[in-house]
Amino acid sequence: MLYIYMLGYDVDFGHMEAVSLISAPKYPEKQVGYIVTSCLLNENHDFLRLAINTVRNDIIGRNETFQCLALTMVGNIGGREFAESLAPDVQKLLLSSSCRPLVRKKAALCLLRLYRKNPDVVNVDGWADRMAQLLDERDLGVLTSSMSLLVALVSNNHEAYWSCLPKCVKTLERLARNQDIPQEYTYYGIPSPWLQVKTMRALQYFPTIEDPYTRRTLFEVLQRILMGTDVVKNVNKNNASHAVLFEALALVMHLDAEKEMMSQCVALLGKFIAVREPNIRYLGLENMTRMLMVTDAQEIIKRHQAQIITSLKDPDIRRALDLLYGMCDVTNAKDIVEELLQYLSSADFTMREELSLKAAILAEKFAPDLSWYVDVIFQLIDKAGDFISDDIWFRVVQFVTNNDDLQPYAAAKVKEYLEKPAVHETMVKVSAYILGEYSHLLARRPGCSPKEIFGILHEKLPTVSTTTIPILLSAYAKILMHTQPPDQELQSQIWAIFNKYESCIDAEIQQRAVEYFALCQKGAALMDILAEMPKFPERKSSLIKRAEYSEADTAEQSAIKLRAQQQPSNALVVTDQPPANGATSPVPVGPLSLAMVPSMITTEDHTSTDQALSQQNGSLTKVDPQHPSADLLGDLLGPLAIEGPPGATVQSEHNAVSRLEGGPDAVDGSAIVPVEEQRNTVQPIGNIAERFHALCLKDSGVLYEDPYIQIGIKAEWRAHHGRLVLFLGNKNTAPLVSVQALMLPPAHLKMELSLVPDTIPPRAQVQCPLEVVNLRPSRDVAVLDFSYKFGTNMVNVKLRLPAVLNKFLQPIPVPAEEFFPQWRSLSGPPLKLQEVVRGVRPMPLPEMANLLNSFRLMTCPGLDPNPNNLVASTTFYSESTHAMLCLVRN
Amino acid sequence: MGIRFILMVNKQGQTRLAQYFEWLTLEERRALEGEIVRKCLARNEQQCSFVEHRNYKIVYRRYASLFFLVGVDNDENELAILEFIHLLVETMDRHFGNVCELDIMFHLEKAHFMLEEMVMNGCIVETSKANILTPVQLLEKT
Repeated sequence: MLYIYMLGYDVDFGHMEAVSLISAPKYPEKQVGYIVTSCLLNENHDFLRLAINTVRNDIIGRNETFQCLALTMVGNIGGREFAESLAPDVQKLLLSSSCRPLVRKKAALCLLRLYRKNPDVVNVDGWADRMAQLLDERDLGVLTSSMSLLVALVSNNHEAYWSCLPKCVKTLERLARNQDIPQEYTYYGIPSPWLQVKTMRALQYFPTIEDPYTRRTLFEVLQRILMGTDVVKNVNKNNASHAVLFEALALVMHLDAEKEMMSQCVALLGKFIAVREPNIRYLGLENMTRMLMVTDAQEIIKRHQAQIITSLKDPDIRRALDLLYGMCDVTNAKDIVEELLQYLSSADFTMREELSLKAAILAEKFAPDLSWYVDVIFQLIDKAGDFISDDIWFRVVQFVTNNDDLQPYAAAKVKEYLEKPAVHETMVKVSAYILGEYSHLLARRPGCSPKEIFGILHEKLPTVSTTTIPILLSAYAKILMHTQPPDQELQSQIWAIFNKYESCIDAEIQQRAVEYFALCQKGAALMDILAEMPKFPERKSSLIKRAEYSEADTAEQSAIKLRAQQQPSNALVVTDQPPANGATSPVPVGPLSLAMVPSMITTEDHTSTDQALSQQNGSLTKVDPQHPSADLLGDLLGPLAIEGPPGATVQSEHNAVSRLEGGPDAVDGSAIVPVEEQRNTVQPIGNIAERFHALCLKDSGVLYEDPYIQIGIKAEWRAHHGRLVLFLGNKNTAPLVSVQALMLPPAHLKMELSLVPDTIPPRAQVQCPLEVVNLRPSRDVAVLDFSYKFGTNMVNVKLRLPAVLNKFLQPIPVPAEEFFPQWRSLSGPPLKLQEVVRGVRPMPLPEMANLLNSFRLMTCPGLDPNPNNLVASTTFYSESTHAMLCLVRN
Repeated sequence: MGIRFILMVNKQGQTRLAQYFEWLTLEERRALEGEIVRKCLARNEQQCSFVEHRNYKIVYRRYASLFFLVGVDNDENELAILEFIHLLVETMDRHFGNVCELDIMFHLEKAHFMLEEMVMNGCIVETSKANILTPVQLLEKT
């Protein structure tokens, strides 16, 4: 059965058999039962409850082998319930002197498991002394297990276990001197290397050692280990002794010992990174990297620089790269970066991205002068363009923009690169940007007239992808603008290009072409809009942030995520969008015929229809951005004195509209800000706005998702009360910490969010109920301010919660004989509202009816004599107004 | 918590023994095994025996046609684990007498017993071969 399971099939049919075998009286049956159970089941499995009594009987029973089996199983899969019912028995076994070591060592680890499940089982006061007693144990098996238990305990709370420290040192001494070690516990002549490693690990959890005697003894032992280890022929012996040695090194680093010992360590490491054995070399490099962090051994390590650089040629270069990255400073940056650049062209493909990222960061951090930095980045792009993320070139553009002296240099440089026969696309992007901005600074040099520059750039146009074309177009417009006096021929050439792209299928390109064309014809206005980019505010390099981010991850994963992050990379290089927008309104309103003119008439409650109206605007109509609805809505909202400036709501409506159109108008807030828009390092998966709109219509779904977390929502609405549950799901195998959720409710909603835990354990989901009470009608939307930390990354998102007006509606059917009297009894505004929505996309009637239904407006088919009219009714609930009948006819 | 899982995989990439010390669903296990095996089998002799994968460190060692892969926490001592693999192999050698892939295939339960004696809950319990083998022999006698 195990075999089947191992091959990846589900074997739940056999679980019951396995559990019942546990209670069998014979040893082999019991053994099989226990082992199968502990392999197949997990701690939360229901069957385990059945077995708990049998297990307990075995543990307190007389038969040692049975005890062992039971302890092992509990040790492997015991859960909280086991912890509660078995802990005292297990402790007794561990401490009893009458038991054989065989049983006691199992008991130690079993206790460890139970402790992890429920920390209360080990009460700290009395236990520390007993733990110390345990460490006096002579049997190495028990000692090994106890040491594991100690490591776990100490890592949580080192202060309580001070008394164990000298014991650890004593054990270590005994092992290192090979005193009183039974033959069977030596491994290739080394006394139990695993126990040595464990002991030193335990010691590393204590911050310092104060007792001078203990300290001296420990140092003697360490010294012995450091000096006594030689490279020998036998692989196994060699490995074992080096395992101990590396652990000793780690301990020395932790204790931050005297200088002399430190330099000894570095010397040893230097020897290691030169040996042929790949494992030891790898570890040597890794430890050297670690050493950089704890001490000021940098100077000594630098002596090994040459050796480290040679190890870059290893198949496993990651370590060497990390080390170089860590040891780089102003003095050696130039050498190292040049070395990295040289290596880049021969490196493994999987490594190139990381390599280039690191080189870029080092170049930025330690650049002796900026022109060197620019050179390095251009070389990088040239050599490994595919692996250069957009952040890198954004950053170089930022530097160039901020430094006036650098501009002509950079411009000349990119021109050189562009003249090469094969140029990478990223290079084209950078060059287009820089030449567009600064080529006029070169105008006096030979071969750099606007026309020639244009020629060079335009040559590349056919080869690039759609993301690059917009940048090229911007560059053309700028070149044209800088051409003084205007060059007719160039102008007509460029205009022809704009004309050609006006009908481009890519919306971004189309918009630019149209806008630039119109701008060029305006002449004077052009100057302001296409003027040089303003200086960027100084900010932390996004590269460094990214590096921090990627360090938290393994190389491979980060590569994937980085690629994912690059997706929304068509950042714009447009300067002032609003005037451009005003000058050439990109939305063609006229041609759309008014196929349908729905009139929406509200009764009794304006706002509910307003809401519905704006929703509809957002989701199914196409409205001119300059639509006068701002005033209209303002008027409507006025009488009811509802908070929230109408402008803002209209703004959001615009956003919704532009989102819908997806194309020309999709210049939302983030894109207006030029290139280096500071992005959250963690990109959400899917469109947040889209998710929000979907949730306005549904009661459950996903509100937000990124690589680490998924926030789901489930809602129940009754009259003016609502109950939402937020599901915070950690998608990773590491916990998310500093989780915070803050409600920013608008004035009309009362919201109560239950406590959100500070950490979300790996792969776990946390539920947070949220109570909502609607006080009075309003269109404002509640916002959830949510933040968490993953590794060193702080992520903060503001999410609109779908607690919108239509959620407080409850559909009721209204018979015809009631509807029309009610309808007529309402006379004019403010209770009755009629509005024609202009510029509407035609929409089939059933679709419209569906939409109304999903807004909780109940359509009443057949009520109106005209089949083209839709009639709907609903009730609106809020605390101040109670139930209100709302009728809609269109 | 030290060791997360122990896998034995042959050269063709078929799993011969799998023992996990943390709970993963079947799908997760399958995916993880696939990824790791692909990664490790692709490496050559000159490369070191440690691979970082997700948030594990994989320590592997090859014996004839069988790969032993051990997934450990990031701060575990790699060489110690490497030698632990060897100890496991030596123990099996002592029991089966020159152990081979077939031994493990057909005596899967015994391999599991031995492993159970050596590792418990991700920590090394016993390193003395005699002690490890006592219960297994006990099983054979009865």
